[in-house]
Amino acid sequence: MPDKPRLAREQIAQRAAQELTDGAYVNLGWGIPNLIADYLPAGITVYFHSENGILGMGRRAKPGEEDYDLVDAMKVPVTIIPGASFFHQADAHLMTRGGHLDAAVLGAFQVSEKGDLANWKIPGAKGTGNIGGAMDIAAGAKMLIVCMEHTTKDGSPKIVKECTYPLTALACVNTIVTDLAVMDVKPEGLLLREVAPGWTAEKVQAVTGAALHFKGHVREMSFV
Amino acid sequence: MKRKVFATLDEAVADIPDGARIMFGGFGGAGFPNNLIQALARKGTRNITAISNNCGTRDGELGLMFKNNQIKHAIAAFPGPHANYFLERYAAKEVTLELVPQGILCERMRAAAAGLQGFYTTVGVGTEVAAGKEERVIEGQRCILEMPIHADFALIKAQKADELGNLTYRLAARNFNPIMAMAAKTTIAEVEEIVPVGAIDPEHVITPAIFVHRIVKAKGLRYA
Repeated sequence: MPDKPRLAREQIAQRAAQELTDGAYVNLGWGIPNLIADYLPAGITVYFHSENGILGMGRRAKPGEEDYDLVDAMKVPVTIIPGASFFHQADAHLMTRGGHLDAAVLGAFQVSEKGDLANWKIPGAKGTGNIGGAMDIAAGAKMLIVCMEHTTKDGSPKIVKECTYPLTALACVNTIVTDLAVMDVKPEGLLLREVAPGWTAEKVQAVTGAALHFKGHVREMSFV
Repeated sequence: MKRKVFATLDEAVADIPDGARIMFGGFGGAGFPNNLIQALARKGTRNITAISNNCGTRDGELGLMFKNNQIKHAIAAFPGPHANYFLERYAAKEVTLELVPQGILCERMRAAAAGLQGFYTTVGVGTEVAAGKEERVIEGQRCILEMPIHADFALIKAQKADELGNLTYRLAARNFNPIMAMAAKTTIAEVEEIVPVGAIDPEHVITPAIFVHRIVKAKGLRYA
């Protein structure tokens, strides 16, 4: 039987958004995490933090309302919500590093079963790699969620025993949300919490480079 | 009162010598001292050590200075995907790079500003960033020693200055500018507006005048 389809990037973001709580201060990284703001569960307010000095970032600016002094970390013009504040970059990272944010959501190239994160440089790629704020965020986050595809385009696992890509931080990831599963990093290893609709724990294990722990039937993700 | 207001951009940068260590503000296209950068390009100062979040956006921001081969060493967190002139010089070994986590870049400059001889941090432990740095365990956590980053000059962009040099910024264009203003021996600010002393409410001053040595009025330039 062919595998069920994997989740779209938007669905990964939608599932990760369910991990956020009302009133939380949250930093969103590049890629899939940046989509999360569009998928917050109804009725909750999250104060998004941007490393260039914004707390209370709102939706992206509509055509005509762009102000290029008000951009997010991806250089995209954004808006602010009531209660927002501006501050300089050192205070922005004091918030990330000092454990003041409730959660951070980052993309990744690899995550190890111990929660090591690699997300800033592809070995052998041209150029220098770009660290940006990732190391400060990863080292200081009270709750670090990674959103990514479960495997690379050629099918290699991105969840591995040991990262082979240059590291961002050691033992920093708490939860991984992919197009196939939700996993928590625990002292005993990776705990498989949910699988994508139509997938089983065994099928997810088969495309994962580290052991997944689970007991009995693992529930499917829901998107209500 | 010491005269800080300069009539032209070229006069404001006229004494920046070859080999200077220079901080440049800006992030995500906002808050870059692009008029001062152009003046420094006209002056032709060479062998610069540039300290900035990124390494230019095509011909804009520091791109112009890499294009002109004025920079020999860069200290940056996110050289950037559009830093093509930097990447060409880097590949040709005409420029060297120290890649620094963004919040640590801020704190190393702040240490210089604050008269502190470095600090220990968990950021970068176990990564390429830790190479060659002293490591010790503090409060049960592995840490590395990070040293201050000093500079001879800071070129910054602010929104408004009074004639004494008190500065305010606009939205997220604040970013690195206030930190660099404090860290450099001589800070040169390009601003949109210069007002008489006393015209900025002391409660609203972001960078106190003690950190600002030269002010020049210029209409802000932005590069996409």
